[in-house]
Amino acid sequence: MKYYRSHVLVSVDPECIAKGAYEVLDALNDELVSQGLIDEVQVLETSRIGEPSSGPDMMVYPESVHYVGLTVDDIPFLVEEHFLKGRVAKKFVEPPKVITDEELGAPTSKEVRVVLRNCGRIDPENIDDYIAEDGYQALGKVLSDMTPEQVIDEMLASGLRGRGGAGFPAGRKWQFARASKATPKFIICNADEGDPGAFMNRRVLEGDPHSVLEGMIVAAYAIGAARGYIYCRAEYPVAVRTLRIAIQQARAYGLLGENILGSGFSFDLEVRIGAGAFVCGEETALIASIEGRRGEPRPRPPFPAVSGLWARPTNVNNVETYANVPQIILRGASWYAGMGTEKSKGTKTFALAGDVNHTGLIEVPLGINMREVVYDVAGGIKDGKKLKAVQIGGPMGGCLPEAFLDRPIDYESLAEAGTIMGSGGLVVMDEDTCMVDIARFFMEFIQDESCGKCTPCRVGTRRMLEILQRICNGEGRDGDIETLEMLCGQIRTTSLCGLGQGAPNPVSSTLTHFRHEYEAHIYEKRCPAKVCKGLIRFDILDNCTGCTVCARNCPVNAITGQRRQLHVIDPNMCVRCGICVQVCNFNAIEIR
Amino acid sequence: MTTTVEATPQVRSVVEAAIARHGATREAVVPVLSEVNQALGYLPPEAFVEVGRQLRIPVSQLFSVASFYQMLSTKPRGQHIIQFCESAPCHVVGGRQVWNALKEALGIGPGETSADGKWTLQMTSCLGVCAVGPVIVIDADIYGNVTPKQVPEILARYS
Repeated sequence: MKYYRSHVLVSVDPECIAKGAYEVLDALNDELVSQGLIDEVQVLETSRIGEPSSGPDMMVYPESVHYVGLTVDDIPFLVEEHFLKGRVAKKFVEPPKVITDEELGAPTSKEVRVVLRNCGRIDPENIDDYIAEDGYQALGKVLSDMTPEQVIDEMLASGLRGRGGAGFPAGRKWQFARASKATPKFIICNADEGDPGAFMNRRVLEGDPHSVLEGMIVAAYAIGAARGYIYCRAEYPVAVRTLRIAIQQARAYGLLGENILGSGFSFDLEVRIGAGAFVCGEETALIASIEGRRGEPRPRPPFPAVSGLWARPTNVNNVETYANVPQIILRGASWYAGMGTEKSKGTKTFALAGDVNHTGLIEVPLGINMREVVYDVAGGIKDGKKLKAVQIGGPMGGCLPEAFLDRPIDYESLAEAGTIMGSGGLVVMDEDTCMVDIARFFMEFIQDESCGKCTPCRVGTRRMLEILQRICNGEGRDGDIETLEMLCGQIRTTSLCGLGQGAPNPVSSTLTHFRHEYEAHIYEKRCPAKVCKGLIRFDILDNCTGCTVCARNCPVNAITGQRRQLHVIDPNMCVRCGICVQVCNFNAIEIR
Repeated sequence: MTTTVEATPQVRSVVEAAIARHGATREAVVPVLSEVNQALGYLPPEAFVEVGRQLRIPVSQLFSVASFYQMLSTKPRGQHIIQFCESAPCHVVGGRQVWNALKEALGIGPGETSADGKWTLQMTSCLGVCAVGPVIVIDADIYGNVTPKQVPEILARYS
């Protein structure tokens, strides 16, 4: 075989040909011959390299330099510079496009990326890219060297807990499903990521779908399932498309279907699309939805591992849980268990939102404390303001005050503090946030999404919402706090599923940690954060110059005053929209 | 008294195509209804009758399923469906102003269809593209970082 020190790939797609690619190619060959380089540099034709508008273009390896916009006249200079003098001919190099990923930045030093390791780095629509990153090696190892029991033991040893929120050990779930005698068995991937502001799973499905498929196939082998479903919400059309492509490619490579990798083990799966129902993220509701019924939860036990889809043993894990599996098999349970705390192993992805400098996706080892996440990973609070609370766990999570910043993030510590790990929503709130308003906001969401099957959740959350709305409107009454507390206890203990049982969390956690704000609203008719419209009024101070900007911008004409005279706001007409505060150039409007 | 609703040839062929794709089983109910909903814009009464006849499922059960899911509509909808994300991450980056601009440009409120049958405006749960909020989705096109000013220009792209 001939050895070349350099390889040149010239793009000859129809558009480049139209723009003279073949002439450039010929000129290049001629020039290499005349410079005596033709035995050192190999010239090949290839299809499209970059944007067609930048052609004719060529890629030079091993340097991976992409020259664009070439003409025949450019070739002598290019050959001399690049191949004789050995330096990049900068004037033909395509200026690098600035692509900013607003969801997933480069990892910070406190992050460890396991689940997100390939996201944004590989082509999700090309299975070879995944295979090049050790993809499907874990599956090969499992099918050739491990018994199903050994796989389950490995999962148990890794300490991986369900990343959907409840944190049940994945290995134990698999063990139960394996022990169930009924057949056939099923594997389900819960991709119904519905928490507002949480998009970790979407990013994995869109960026690294094969890691989820591989995890599912391994799980299927472990429990003895032949069929699987990925239940993806309809709000994620791109994820659905990526998954379908991934499944097709995996089938074409013999990684799904009959007799996978010649092992005798067969498994296939399909994507099921939701139709817009938050509660379908609950596993029994999800199963009902796949069966073609209303997505309403049912009491457990029996758990799906015993009686799930069509009353058959079914293993349900979420996207992140499955995406962890191949890495655990490949790098070993002890590697995974080396991260995290005693009872919460590994890493967890979070979607950071709110008043921090860097929002977006992160993946951190469990056991990291909240202060490190807020200040080191997220870059601290915006505009140098003070932190008031961190809301973790999605709508059924809770709000933690600053005092909890130094507590580790793990399943037990969070439960102790009155919140949950949840699927990974993390909202940081600064001092301008009203905690009663936040509780009301989350209760609105929960109330809206309650499926209505059981009374405590259906009626109870509405009663709580009504009380919270009254308090925010300045009509709070003595006894409201006590009624809320009673409702919290009753709804938590008597609701059927996780949605109802977790529904009181936003209220109970704010009542525990920010009770004084409720009291200020109810007894002093005051919103300390100056957010609740029923409890604030706008007044114009003496330093008003009478510039009339506020009066001209007021949508309800509640501001009166002569030019160069102190203006006045009529509190009865004012709708507390705050526009006057924004437009005033003299900070002359005060919120009380 | 019983009323019979006869499916039109169009409804019948849409239902048949959906069932051919997803199978005539109970588990195909949600996919079949979704596809019919998409093809016809909503689920008219005769679609329920036709699906029920072919899948051998009572219409009452089909209606119970359809009324549960947000994305299945039993009311006629416009030619283009605009979904506006109402979740907190979009709300805090100016979603409310975009929402007002949408309502003003279309002259309709949430869940309503414009008089000319062109637009239906819907609130939707989180679309998971929070990093580029405020977000609106028209049919299958996602628009991120939307400002109130851009609303008329975006709407003009749809004939």
